[in-house]
Amino acid sequence: MTRLDVRKTYKLYIDGAFPRSESGHSYEVLDGKGRFVANAALASRKDARDAVVAARKAFGGWSGRTAYNRAQILYRVAEIMEDRRPQFVDAVARAEGIGDGPAGKVVDASIDRLVWYAGWADKITQVLGNANPVAGPFFNLSTPEPTGVVAVLAPQGSSLLGLVSTVAPVIVTGNTAVVVSSYARPLPAVTFSEVLATSDVPGGVVNILTGDAATVGPWLAGHMDVNAIDLGGVAGRPALATELEVAAADNLKRVRRAPAAEPDWTDEPDLGAMTDFLETKTVWHPIGL
Amino acid sequence: MTATYPARGADLDGLVADVTRSDATLRRFLHGLPGVDQVGAEARAAALGTRSIKTTAKAFALDLAIRMVDLTTLEGQDTPGKVRALAAKAMRPDPADPTCPSVAAVCVYPDMVADVKQVLGDSGVHIAAVATAFPSGRAAMDIKLADTRDAVEAGADEIDMVIDRGAFLSGRYLQVFEEIAAVREACARPDGTSAHLKVIFETGELQTYDNVRRVSWLAMLAGAHFIKTSTGKVQPAATLPVTLVMLEAVRDFREATGRMVGVKPAGGIRTAKDAVKYLVTVNEVAGQDWLDPDWFRFGASTLLNDLLMQRTKMTTGRYSGPDYFTLD
Amino acid sequence: MSNVFEYAPAPESRSIVEIKPSYGLFIGGEFVDGGGASFKTVNPATEEVLAEVAEGSSEDVDRAVKAARRAYDKVWSKLSGAERAKYLYRIARIIQERSRELAVLESIDNGKPIKESRDVDVPLVAAYFFYYAGWADKLEYAGFGTTPLGVAGQVIPWNFPLLMLAWKIAPALACGNTVVLKPAETTPLTALLFAEICQQADLPPGVVNIVTGAGATGQALVEHEGIDKVAFTGSTAVGKAIARSVAGTRKRVTLELGGKAANIVFDDAPIDQAVEGIVNGIFFNQGHVCCAGSRLLVQESVAEDVLERLKRRMATLRVGDPLDKNTDVGAINSAAQLARIRELSSVGEAEGAEAWSAPCDLPSTGFWFAPTVFTGVTQAHRIAREEIFGPVLSVLTFRTPAEAVEKANNTPFGLSAGVWTDKGSRILKIADKLRAGVVWANTFNKFDPTSPFGGYKESGYGREGGRHGLEAYLR
Repeated sequence: MTRLDVRKTYKLYIDGAFPRSESGHSYEVLDGKGRFVANAALASRKDARDAVVAARKAFGGWSGRTAYNRAQILYRVAEIMEDRRPQFVDAVARAEGIGDGPAGKVVDASIDRLVWYAGWADKITQVLGNANPVAGPFFNLSTPEPTGVVAVLAPQGSSLLGLVSTVAPVIVTGNTAVVVSSYARPLPAVTFSEVLATSDVPGGVVNILTGDAATVGPWLAGHMDVNAIDLGGVAGRPALATELEVAAADNLKRVRRAPAAEPDWTDEPDLGAMTDFLETKTVWHPIGL
Repeated sequence: MTATYPARGADLDGLVADVTRSDATLRRFLHGLPGVDQVGAEARAAALGTRSIKTTAKAFALDLAIRMVDLTTLEGQDTPGKVRALAAKAMRPDPADPTCPSVAAVCVYPDMVADVKQVLGDSGVHIAAVATAFPSGRAAMDIKLADTRDAVEAGADEIDMVIDRGAFLSGRYLQVFEEIAAVREACARPDGTSAHLKVIFETGELQTYDNVRRVSWLAMLAGAHFIKTSTGKVQPAATLPVTLVMLEAVRDFREATGRMVGVKPAGGIRTAKDAVKYLVTVNEVAGQDWLDPDWFRFGASTLLNDLLMQRTKMTTGRYSGPDYFTLD
Repeated sequence: MSNVFEYAPAPESRSIVEIKPSYGLFIGGEFVDGGGASFKTVNPATEEVLAEVAEGSSEDVDRAVKAARRAYDKVWSKLSGAERAKYLYRIARIIQERSRELAVLESIDNGKPIKESRDVDVPLVAAYFFYYAGWADKLEYAGFGTTPLGVAGQVIPWNFPLLMLAWKIAPALACGNTVVLKPAETTPLTALLFAEICQQADLPPGVVNIVTGAGATGQALVEHEGIDKVAFTGSTAVGKAIARSVAGTRKRVTLELGGKAANIVFDDAPIDQAVEGIVNGIFFNQGHVCCAGSRLLVQESVAEDVLERLKRRMATLRVGDPLDKNTDVGAINSAAQLARIRELSSVGEAEGAEAWSAPCDLPSTGFWFAPTVFTGVTQAHRIAREEIFGPVLSVLTFRTPAEAVEKANNTPFGLSAGVWTDKGSRILKIADKLRAGVVWANTFNKFDPTSPFGGYKESGYGREGGRHGLEAYLR
């Protein structure tokens, strides 16, 4: 007699919890060969709204942590991913329709990418900031600061490496994120959210919505309490990208534009994915007795 | 800590009694005064120094500055002849121009007072004497007081005392307060009147503007009629920002207590252009009430000739030269 | 009360400046007639018409962009950094040599006091060119790549006409870009004089092009397909329009927009310097400053004292002839701006805030507004939220550091902020918490070519000045 398996319900990840979509909608996720894998929650505009509230609430605490602490937490996420490597390999293999061997390479690259970004936490300020020799008796220092709440439309194709490569640079510097995962390949993102929940990342720092960037994206792009948006998830859809960029102008969000096509995420990243979501603050103080 | 001045309309005697109960209370009061940011104070002084004072305003300022000069000689080589000549010049700074005003006072060592008095008579030009073991102030208290009484007895109208900077810098504020109060008492004359007391801080030794503000309040609480920057024997002597901070102090002191105190920058002010910058600062910081020799003085020697030279330029339209002004 | 020491008029001579009756556009190294209409630029202190200036049409803009492209392709992008540097140094030196002329012209066209154009604007203009000149052959050390973007379209405001030109042109040229710059409608004259300076420096034709005009000209420039980069300083509303118009393009954008800066005074502040900082923060340049300290947040325990001191100090401000060397506050730049200031001030009074204006005699012609402070202002008042861009200060109070930070950040803007306290650790904490691109601690309104400037949130994006300022012009 075969055992009846217990099937997993895939939910959203908002404010450190795993709610269903408030809309009650879910959608069918198919594997690379078109076979049914699971139902995923279909995030609505209200889920996006709730996620922004959670991200805003988490921003002060997260950005206020020491860089060393954020580095440790991101490294911890990498550790737990490593620990759950088989589960990620399975998720990536099914989501992207590739074999376990290539999927394993994707997972390894994703973990390595996370480690790479984790190390930046307490170095980016030194690389980007500097003292300015103003012509007067003033101490003058410029330092990078996180821009705030960042909406990330994660890549559609690269379900894990692309996700990690867009989320890690946002949060390592102290931003909080509302992420819309790949629509067709959401399972690695869900697994990733389970890792976040069991690592030391505070609730609300990363919120992951499974669903359609084309429907949720405009709400995030137009949201007046979102400070920046990464449009990577609408790569190759210029009309939609333009619409989102126009909406983002309402509160002058910092926009990381969508490329014409999804990049090869195995390439070594530059600093752009971090610097696009950083502000420079310059503080002056007199030097005197 | 909240940095505060005494509330407006404070009763001066009550305030003095209150803050001088002990070194601790006095310290608390002085250190509770708002701080002075060096860069900001110097920037403000520099900005005031860019005022462009021309034509009628310049003529007014030059005459006023001449009337504010404490014409000074404080040298070991001073002789009766030297100070008499200086006194003569004080009364008629520009012999060629009878409209030129007299200076405010002649400032000398106490042993020269009698000689100066003979020349000045009742000209209205005052005699100021430096006292209290000028310039260092390093002498026993009874000697300082005797020095003061001698000068007053010899006819000094004004006493320019030095504070004990050592005591101030080591935090013995009450000692400094009591010395000033005692010297002020020693300024009394038998007829019940009193010589005016100017208190010299030697700000070049106190170094910080915070100290300048504190010592200003300390001296005013102790009864100073005037507060004065320097002896002229230490560099830097008077500077515009130090004077600015002192002008803020007298302004705030009057605001709080109703009592007006004068200010005298001394040493290092050599040109008419500099003097005009000080007058602008008086005007815009303390206000026009202080634009009077009773409330603002320049301790100077070479300044006078430059003022005269500029004055002559204003009246004749020609540039003048040093040969046309006396070198006493 | 009349003052015994009344400063006599001390006017700076106008004779050093020669204003032509009319001006064309500066395209391809030459002054050319515009194809469109023209407009008048006036002296805001007297309402005297100074000159007729060409209003650049979209064809004119197209000509200018093509000239810039040609100069980029054929000359400027091929030049070594060291050679570009020498051109910029040369320009900087000419600016210094002609500084008095530039200052007087700036004051005439803009209305700002000569002491500011002479001591602040023009020296900084030269300093920015000097600073960025030195970067031109050192770009590989800056960390932003070494490849220029191409042609930059730059649109600048009327509050610091020449200084904003320097902020735009100096880094663009240093990085190897060519530019088309549109000065503000009400203040075109110093940009046109700068064009002459480019000729005098033998700058290759087309590297700098100046197209005068109003909003439509600026829009034509920003939307032109031939530009690679938009740099704009001005209102948040126009900034948003620009952000929309470049959506879907590959144009890079930097926006330096409005502000409503909080100037926070704690009870342990160096009070006299704080008062100076408040005055400088809001009355410098008639308050026509995007980073002006227009919201004074003062701790309740010292609020009364600070306000009395502030009013006493405001009473000494000398308002009047911009060319008088003793003028502290000059003319409002335009009739339109004056109307805006008046409107918001009357809203402030209607909403229940109490206005106090410095006693001063305002000239009968020209555009003037007395330095004004509003007390009894709350965060809900429009004058606490909207940028007035004039000599009008709103005063609010707070009780605790947390409340000060909360109120300071409670605005869609995030350009600058001030904090005054004698406690060092408090400065660092407050500066850390303030969401603003520039924080002045125990000082205000300080600028330097080495110091990056720019905002958070709706105050725009990108930084101008310093090493950071190179990023906007390189890839």
